[in-house]
Amino acid sequence: MARERKIKIIVAKPGLDGHDRGAKLLSRIFAEAGMEVVYTGLRQTPEMIVETALQEDADVVGLSSLSGVHNYFFPKVVEMMREKGLEDVLVVGGGIIPLEDIDALKTAGVHGIFGPGTSTAEIVDFIRNNVRTREA
Amino acid sequence: MGIDGRHHAATVLRRQDMFEEKDLEKIKAGKDKWEQGPVGKTLSRAPERKPVFTSISNIPVERLYTPLDVARTDFDRDIGYPGEYPFTRGVQPTMYRGRFWTMRQYAGFGSARESNARYRYLLRQGQTGLSVAFDLPTQAGYDSDHALSMGEVGKVGVAIDSIEDMRVLFDNIPLDKVTTSMTINAPATVLLAMYLAIGGEQGVSFEKIGGTVQNDILKELTVRGQYIYPPKPSMRLTVDLIEYCFKNVPKWNTISISGYHIREAGSTAAQEMAFTIADGIAYVQACVDRGMPVDSFAPRLSFFFNSFTNVLEEVAKFRAGRRYWAKVMKERFGAKDPKSMMMRYHVQTGGVTLTAQQPLNNVVRVALQAYAAALGGCQSLHTNSYDEALCLPTQDAVTVALRTQQVVAEESGAADTIDPLAGCYFVEALTDRIEAEIEDYIKKIDAMGGTLPAIEQGYIQKEIQNSAYRFQREIETNERVYVGINKYTMEEPPPTNLLRVDMSVGEIESEKLRKLRAERDQAQWKMALDQLREVSQTDRNVMPAVIEAVKARATIGEICDVWRDIYGEYRPKEFV
Repeated sequence: MARERKIKIIVAKPGLDGHDRGAKLLSRIFAEAGMEVVYTGLRQTPEMIVETALQEDADVVGLSSLSGVHNYFFPKVVEMMREKGLEDVLVVGGGIIPLEDIDALKTAGVHGIFGPGTSTAEIVDFIRNNVRTREA
Repeated sequence: MGIDGRHHAATVLRRQDMFEEKDLEKIKAGKDKWEQGPVGKTLSRAPERKPVFTSISNIPVERLYTPLDVARTDFDRDIGYPGEYPFTRGVQPTMYRGRFWTMRQYAGFGSARESNARYRYLLRQGQTGLSVAFDLPTQAGYDSDHALSMGEVGKVGVAIDSIEDMRVLFDNIPLDKVTTSMTINAPATVLLAMYLAIGGEQGVSFEKIGGTVQNDILKELTVRGQYIYPPKPSMRLTVDLIEYCFKNVPKWNTISISGYHIREAGSTAAQEMAFTIADGIAYVQACVDRGMPVDSFAPRLSFFFNSFTNVLEEVAKFRAGRRYWAKVMKERFGAKDPKSMMMRYHVQTGGVTLTAQQPLNNVVRVALQAYAAALGGCQSLHTNSYDEALCLPTQDAVTVALRTQQVVAEESGAADTIDPLAGCYFVEALTDRIEAEIEDYIKKIDAMGGTLPAIEQGYIQKEIQNSAYRFQREIETNERVYVGINKYTMEEPPPTNLLRVDMSVGEIESEKLRKLRAERDQAQWKMALDQLREVSQTDRNVMPAVIEAVKARATIGEICDVWRDIYGEYRPKEFV
């Protein structure tokens, strides 16, 4: 009988930003929600993140940024994922992201953006509802 | 030197219990009667809001505190007088009756020119010290045109590549009149060298230059992430800076041992203090191991803490930390100079306590946090701007933040008498409780072989992460209320007028670098870097060679690359 594979998510910190409280907390929450989590650690270039997504055959890439570089890094990651044929991988982002930036990020291909004060349950639900489904 | 009872006993001249035994018995009887009578009656009609009350750090909070909770407090031993061991009440004899804390707003963004304008604005508004925020490439030791600097230049602080930028940053700011705090860690030696060189150009001697570099690499390894080199060579650079300054720059605070970021990462108040003191112990030990007498360098050590909204818990944290550090320095390290035992510290209000929702509420949070910092006896203070959960602070928001601490200083009365909450049953009991938690952690960390092994095993990181997780759970289950987040929420229009840093800063800085590299004296530049390389491979102090290198217009990236070649780069193990 077919059963659904565990959702596999890469949690990544692009750029030089060292604020990893959110990334680590969410890694734990995702794991508790039954997902398989790979946390990249700090100082990831877009190339490194996409490579990890490819190697790990990830279903979701979660990007965390609190240093104001989301407008540069998030679209860059999406663009490189497309180049590598990862169009069906869900991309979500969070951090200190002004509301007025969200539309442009979504247009660039980031599926969900979660700012300060978002409940972790909302993020988990968003991923479950939007991730591709695959059989194990 | 271990903790031994003899030192301790010698400091206690006489027992001075705050209450006589027979008075305590009377109070106990009175409290029992009150609980069984009025309290019982009220509870039978209306229960309390919660079965258990806890502080934001999860410390249980009782209904009422009485002399019974401080029955074992000895006034001279535990509370005492400001400016005297164990400094529970503050480090100076007159505290803010002499002068207020230094009002020091952390600022910096974009280019050196823009940041210089913000500093001069803040000084005109009555700020009394500067605090420089560097961008992430500078903090990580990369030039603005490095591949890893892409998108980051000038974003969270000012971009500094060379002494040329530093000269612009302090243009028309006399370095003998202001003190400057620089949040710089892994490359602290480089930025200090630039600052000293600019001071020299202004005709200010090393003896007259005052300020602080953060220079605290251990918390970069645990919570802040701006490391470059592995722990050992990192510690060597830290100690080189401390050693150089105590010999040559006597008014410089050589390190700011930081709990701020530990708290931001999710720790409790007690963990913030405990892990910061653990880092402090590691630095003092490293300096002692280098052969420096403890009283030669310890007076220039300083600290940096957070302040959250729970005023009484924060005050207790500050008092407990001061008392415990004094004991550590006296008993563990055998310090004789009282200045070596003083925990002097800067405070910044809690960035992580700010909400993006209903941002004006943050003004109130910051006011309470600043009030706590004042009641707790800080030496300098940064008050956050209400818009910082959204973006870098705008000038309007920065002005309100500065005014907030001016209101606390001038209007609240907190500055008129010293340590006003001393003797408050609750605050004294909480001070004792937090000190006991600190001591507990220090013992555990000692048992692991010290701070560095505890970090390498992930112990400190995991303790902090567990607290962050607990807090998040409490918010999401509505066990703890956060205004505007899980209660009193409302629809609101998106905020406007956010401060933006132009992406073009990166290109402008890169262009400046090209020009610098083409125009500088190549022979002098090469000789200075060769000299630095040579010294860095010996155990001689690197600071003089770093100063020569920055004067020869070597960039921060070039200097840090010399050390990357020799020491390698740190790649931490992640503990999730």
